[in-house]
Amino acid sequence: MRFIRLHPDDNVLTVASAIGAGQAYEVEGATLIATQAIAVGFKVAACPIASGAKVIKYGAVIGSASQVINTGDVVHTHNLKSDYLPTYARGEGEARTP
Amino acid sequence: MTIPGYLRPDGRKGIRNLVVVAYLVECAHHVAREIVYPLRAHGVHLLGFPGCYPNSYAHRMLHQLCTHPNVGAVLLVSLGCEGFNRSALLDEIRASGRPADLLIIQQTGGTRRTIESGSAWVNSALEQIHKVPRAEIGIDELIIGTVCGGSDATSGITANPAVGRAFDRLVKNGARCIFEETGELIGCEQIMAARAARPELAPALTACVEKAAHYYTAMGHGSFAPGNADGGLTTQEEKSMGAYSKSGNSPIAGILKPGDVPPRGGLYLLDVVPDTFAADGSVSPRWGFPNISDIQEIGELIACGSHLTLFTTGRGSVVGSAISPVIKICANPETYRRLSEDMDVNAGRILDGEASIDEVGDEIYRLVLGVAAGAPTASEQLGHQEFSLVYKSFAPLGPECLPGAV
Repeated sequence: MRFIRLHPDDNVLTVASAIGAGQAYEVEGATLIATQAIAVGFKVAACPIASGAKVIKYGAVIGSASQVINTGDVVHTHNLKSDYLPTYARGEGEARTP
Repeated sequence: MTIPGYLRPDGRKGIRNLVVVAYLVECAHHVAREIVYPLRAHGVHLLGFPGCYPNSYAHRMLHQLCTHPNVGAVLLVSLGCEGFNRSALLDEIRASGRPADLLIIQQTGGTRRTIESGSAWVNSALEQIHKVPRAEIGIDELIIGTVCGGSDATSGITANPAVGRAFDRLVKNGARCIFEETGELIGCEQIMAARAARPELAPALTACVEKAAHYYTAMGHGSFAPGNADGGLTTQEEKSMGAYSKSGNSPIAGILKPGDVPPRGGLYLLDVVPDTFAADGSVSPRWGFPNISDIQEIGELIACGSHLTLFTTGRGSVVGSAISPVIKICANPETYRRLSEDMDVNAGRILDGEASIDEVGDEIYRLVLGVAAGAPTASEQLGHQEFSLVYKSFAPLGPECLPGAV
């Protein structure tokens, strides 16, 4: 099982080889069983992440945990929410200077 | 490693020593191509502008490309009735100290005579530029661009972060590095703004992304759909970080527009989206897509002085460029196995567990120095010399973007 850490500050790792449903995998000392297949490119938690805490990938905040995430858990839409508010949405209709 | 460069009369140093033949309207393209074609493997490159109506962006692009440090001599080929200010461009190139000439097809006697005259001039120019003095180039004199094309789910986890590592090391050693693609940075504009080297630069960085968002939306382009959840990407900021990771982690020193040469070492954002605001402030995409393909973006990086370009691809682009070498970094191991002859670096080894991001970053860094010292890239060996230039317009840079610009 392989995971990629994209930045030293990250609290999630990226899956580098697919994990089959029912297969055991190990992340930072924690052993888990995949309840469903996990494809390349998906994320797992590198450490426990509290509900509301920032999720860090590429050394940058990519959103906040919407529930408690344990080490090795898949991190996706069910437990990670975007913090992103487009700056351009705020200025809609306002005069703009080139 | 020492990099033996070519010293130009204006003091800039190139890593290649080329003759450029530039057509000034599409109607002169065939004649220019016929001049270049027999000499294409001998350091003669073709570029040009297809439009008949004059355009200050196109003029600036050709000016910057014809006086690029990799270029030793320039032949301009004009039909005769197009709007391009050919005499001004010729004067500008000559003022840079380069041998330059202009052939006007209508005055030279047509296709065959212009090709004959042009071939004779280019052969003579090749002899002249072989006498250009050599001078060692320091890493702190190199300008390196990066772009991605044909991306897939692997781009953001292998090739792009590896280029980011190479960029960090290049910037640390004083090089000038340029990233772009504001259209793919929606969602990380605040993350990017936090890396601004100066407080006044931060809002200018977010404004660049905002402009791109409005421009593409007005074009009806669907590039801004939220991250593809099927590929494991959860949030918009995560998706954009995949493209943004090419820039590495250095502070952002300034913003450039096509043709602006970064004045000193550091990391720069190149804004390639035209400034076409209507009187009411709305974005009016009057020139069509900001870039019709990856090729024009590479040309814009070169117009900013890039000696070479780092091109990351997942699905497998095969392109190179006129004037400056393109190093292709393949993100996807399967693509690499299919297209290995076209690729310079297999970043897919990161997915195969054979290399770390840092190791591939080191490989890219060493390859930059090797290619700068003269080693041909895959696309150079295969004869790629793509070029594309279409209409655009830009407002000048504000002082918040690039203080002390020259």
